[in-house]
Amino acid sequence: MTTVSLTVNGQSVTADVDSRTLLVQFLRDTLRLTGTHVGCDTSQCGACVVHLNGQAVKACTVLAVQADASVVTTIEGIAQGGELHPMQAAFREHHGLQCGYCTPGMIMSAIDIVNRKGNALDEQTIRAELEGNLCRCTGYHNIVKAVAAGAQAMAQAPLQQAAE
Amino acid sequence: MYAFDYHRPTSVKEAANLAGQSEEAKFLAGGHTLLPTMKLRLAGPASLIDLGQIAELRGIQRSGDAITIGAMTKHAEVASSADIRAAIPALAELAELIGDPHVRNRGTIGGSVANNDPSADYPAACLALDAAIVTDKRRIAADDFFQGIFTTALDEGEIITQISFPIPAQAAYAKFRNPASRYALVGVFVAKHAGGVRVAVTGAGSNGVFRVPEMEEALSRNFAPEALDGIAVAEDEMNSDIHADAAYRAHLVGVMARRAVEAAAARD
Repeated sequence: MTTVSLTVNGQSVTADVDSRTLLVQFLRDTLRLTGTHVGCDTSQCGACVVHLNGQAVKACTVLAVQADASVVTTIEGIAQGGELHPMQAAFREHHGLQCGYCTPGMIMSAIDIVNRKGNALDEQTIRAELEGNLCRCTGYHNIVKAVAAGAQAMAQAPLQQAAE
Repeated sequence: MYAFDYHRPTSVKEAANLAGQSEEAKFLAGGHTLLPTMKLRLAGPASLIDLGQIAELRGIQRSGDAITIGAMTKHAEVASSADIRAAIPALAELAELIGDPHVRNRGTIGGSVANNDPSADYPAACLALDAAIVTDKRRIAADDFFQGIFTTALDEGEIITQISFPIPAQAAYAKFRNPASRYALVGVFVAKHAGGVRVAVTGAGSNGVFRVPEMEEALSRNFAPEALDGIAVAEDEMNSDIHADAAYRAHLVGVMARRAVEAAAARD
């Protein structure tokens, strides 16, 4: 066993883990943060995307021990004060989901895109940047709309952006 | 995944010592090949030596006529580096074509080069740019480093610390991606140096990354796509799989080489 200490959604966490434990297993099974999903488990689908030190990563391909001393944000950590994050609100408003399985990863990726590329995102940029996230329901059309709208909304909500 | 002992050294020296103490140790860089391989139980190292906390392995420096990149520098860092964009834009563009944004936030140049996957992008850049692969023990020319599929000049326990790329006059990388894996079905890196042109091909060769001397000679005389007319690579030295047969890959080498020359020549 190896001891890991990290900050998850603003809270300090320390636990003894088997070295083999994936970050996504640690989040789901140890911390019971089951919003982060496991889709393919082969770094393809993006259902497990979380932010590690502010960058979007596939938590199925990171060991929990590699995240020691890091700051992790999951889908559970982005709403503030009972209000949905603007990107979450945009996915609801634009019906950017059907079954919802890919949604946590989509939203965490979308916020990362805004962090890197700014609030004015064209469709081509969004589609290219979402290539690491698979959705098997919607055909992406409403997801792309939601990301564009959520990106705009994030510009209007600087406090929420800073909160991460 | 099989169980392993996990180590997190903070210096290259400590990492090398750990490797010397353990049989069947593996170095963990970005982990985007090794961890999936371990999940499939195709690899089962007894110990894993994580290079992620070694500060001396990170960073990008420009010094006169070369760009030097620390082995643990991530693809996203190469893609967004202003120094690399200015000096060798083809290298930044190549990094941006690897995997997807999440993979680029974890995968490292040193890991890619050490693994020498026959469809990886960086080996083509190293060969065409005449890079030096610097380890904790020596400096290895790219021409001597890549020795066939998943095979390199690295000794057991040897650690890549940096990769140093001479800045070319012009260069470009043209990649035909597998749309699912985003690996190169065929990728061609063309670089024009003061001493001549170098052309390196990844994804296509049955023995991994390779140079094409006929193309290099023709392009050294005339750096234009039409200089490649009539030059073809041998089909029997190409990969064949469900994604593309050898004849198609051989054809794509010619097409990608032309596109790379066109893009390189259009840079100024």
